[in-house]
Amino acid sequence: MNKSKEQLLNKRYKAEQRFRLYGLSAIFMALLFLTIFIFKIFSTGYSAFQKTWLIVPVTFDAELMMLEQNPSNEDLQDADYYDIALKSMADLDPNANEDQENELKRMVSYFFEKEIKNELLNNPGLIGKTKEVYLTASDDLDQVFKGNYPRDLPEDQRRVSDYQLKIFDQLVAKGKVESKFNISFFTYADSREPELAGIASSFMGSIFSILVCLMIAFPVAVLAAIYLEEFAPKNRFTDFIEVNINNLAAVPSIVFGLLGLGVLLAIFHLPRSTPLVGGITLSLMTLPTIIIAARASLKAVPPSIREAALAMGASRMQTTMHHTVPLSMPGTLSGTIIGLAQALGETAPLILIGMVAFVNTIPGSPMDPAASLPVQIYIWAESAERGFVEKVSACIMVLLGFLIIMNLFAQIIRHKFEKKWS
Amino acid sequence: MKKNGVKMIKIKAKNVDVFYGKKQALYNIGLDIEENQVTALIGPSGCGKSTFLRCLNRMNDVIDICSVKGEILINDFNINDKSCDVVRLREKIGMVFQKPNPFPKTVYENISYGPTIHGMAQSKQEMDEIVETSLKKAALWEEVKDRLHEPGTGLSGGQQQRLCIARAISVRPEVILMDEPCSALDPIATAQIEELIDELKKEHTIIIVTHSMAQAARVSQNTGFFHLGHLIEHGSTDKIFKNPDNTKTQDYITGRFG
Repeated sequence: MNKSKEQLLNKRYKAEQRFRLYGLSAIFMALLFLTIFIFKIFSTGYSAFQKTWLIVPVTFDAELMMLEQNPSNEDLQDADYYDIALKSMADLDPNANEDQENELKRMVSYFFEKEIKNELLNNPGLIGKTKEVYLTASDDLDQVFKGNYPRDLPEDQRRVSDYQLKIFDQLVAKGKVESKFNISFFTYADSREPELAGIASSFMGSIFSILVCLMIAFPVAVLAAIYLEEFAPKNRFTDFIEVNINNLAAVPSIVFGLLGLGVLLAIFHLPRSTPLVGGITLSLMTLPTIIIAARASLKAVPPSIREAALAMGASRMQTTMHHTVPLSMPGTLSGTIIGLAQALGETAPLILIGMVAFVNTIPGSPMDPAASLPVQIYIWAESAERGFVEKVSACIMVLLGFLIIMNLFAQIIRHKFEKKWS
Repeated sequence: MKKNGVKMIKIKAKNVDVFYGKKQALYNIGLDIEENQVTALIGPSGCGKSTFLRCLNRMNDVIDICSVKGEILINDFNINDKSCDVVRLREKIGMVFQKPNPFPKTVYENISYGPTIHGMAQSKQEMDEIVETSLKKAALWEEVKDRLHEPGTGLSGGQQQRLCIARAISVRPEVILMDEPCSALDPIATAQIEELIDELKKEHTIIIVTHSMAQAARVSQNTGFFHLGHLIEHGSTDKIFKNPDNTKTQDYITGRFG
């Protein structure tokens, strides 16, 4: 009798141990996947934060630039830089024939003319002199320098010719190739050329979309939640509304995109591809998430607090505004941030309302066309150029960083609110 | 309290029926409550004594399915009448609950809340005075005067309940309803609150629901005994405890059931 009891007890302990093991292995699996995922992204993406520059001597020949004596600032603006830019590149190999000169020109980005112009505008005294100027290397050479380029492929399968590689290697040997932090990744808008593509447009687009989304979704959702939880009579109609809010939360996001397309663009003629429309569409998606979170946290406020306020002679409105809502705010806010984080990562509805368009300007307001970070990832991931591979990962890193900052912010707000009374 | 030998009646309940949905919780209750006295409502769990108490400040309004019929006259005014404003009513009739439920705010804010929403203080000074007198009346001043701006939820259980009493008396109500105010407290805190009740009855009419027969006997002048939604017997506490008319009362008081 006693022995069987002991066996039973042992069995129970063992069952518990097994259960803990399952739990631990589940956590281990999750962490493993996360680590692999993050490692993959970082290892492909980190090189995008570096950019390769060719250091090329440029002779600022006044004649070639069609400049008169003592040019004014305006003259400098209007001067012709293309010829000296071409000449500087061609001079890298004095024996180059015409085809090879063309190849030399394609070793740098098509911004090379502008980069040379900026150099002169910053220092007008350079006229007639020669100076080494940093020129953005073409995306393929950028990849060659970072070691991501399959140099041993046969020449006809590469975008970089043997001749270009030869000149490039000479430059490297002379120390005329440098890698610097890629500021333009954060300050440039999107471009067809990977070496000139940046996230400024999509980053601002995301920020504007999220702000519009927050400004619409938060007040509407909180008011709806307060009304439903504190004031609405419990009857079939409110049950019906509740069921539909829960259904709304499960509607696929692309449907909201179609709604945005069909209503906001087609009927109200709001400007296409703008964060305004994107934000409104996202707010429809975020609405049920915030309503559900706000209702749950209103429900979690102990009824005794409401009774205490009511018994003091507070009206229902006072009870709600003075006691229930402030107590429910931490939960509501974290629900809001979760909803916004979802909205931030949303791609499908934005594609439908046209935020997938190629935008090479940085939006200054929600009414200007823009992309958004996840859509930018989608656009780059679809592009053929090798240079975009690292850009995709880098953009994912920025998006993740954005999300982490938002969550941190939510935690801080939550902590502050709760700390006050515990 | 008697005036010229006549009992002063503060609250008069006539034919009160209460329903939760279709279920009837109180049957035809008629009860007079004397001014500046303590009236205890006793009876086994589920007998409807708390329900009756909550009728007196219309707290049952909060429960959707609850409906109250009959007349409850306070100062000869029927509070179940449509013209009765619950906010005004609850200003006059304070309530203390079973579990201490201070607001999760500071001690000071807990007390000042009622006077603030009813506009009873014109200046900070006046408010300070109200807070001080309320806390003094609730015998809590000495213990919390140095921590007025700390959270009220940080006090001990007994202190929290006295804070709730101070909060209730801050708006100078005529009646204070107490729903088992000591059931969550230890004997020492209970004794403090009972002493307090005795003090408060000078200025307020008090109705207390209690499970403890001894407490009813100690603090009250009048007692009503509820059983299964009926008011079985009411009268002076002396009579109910020493010489009840009804055998059910007798059985309950002597501990034979309940």
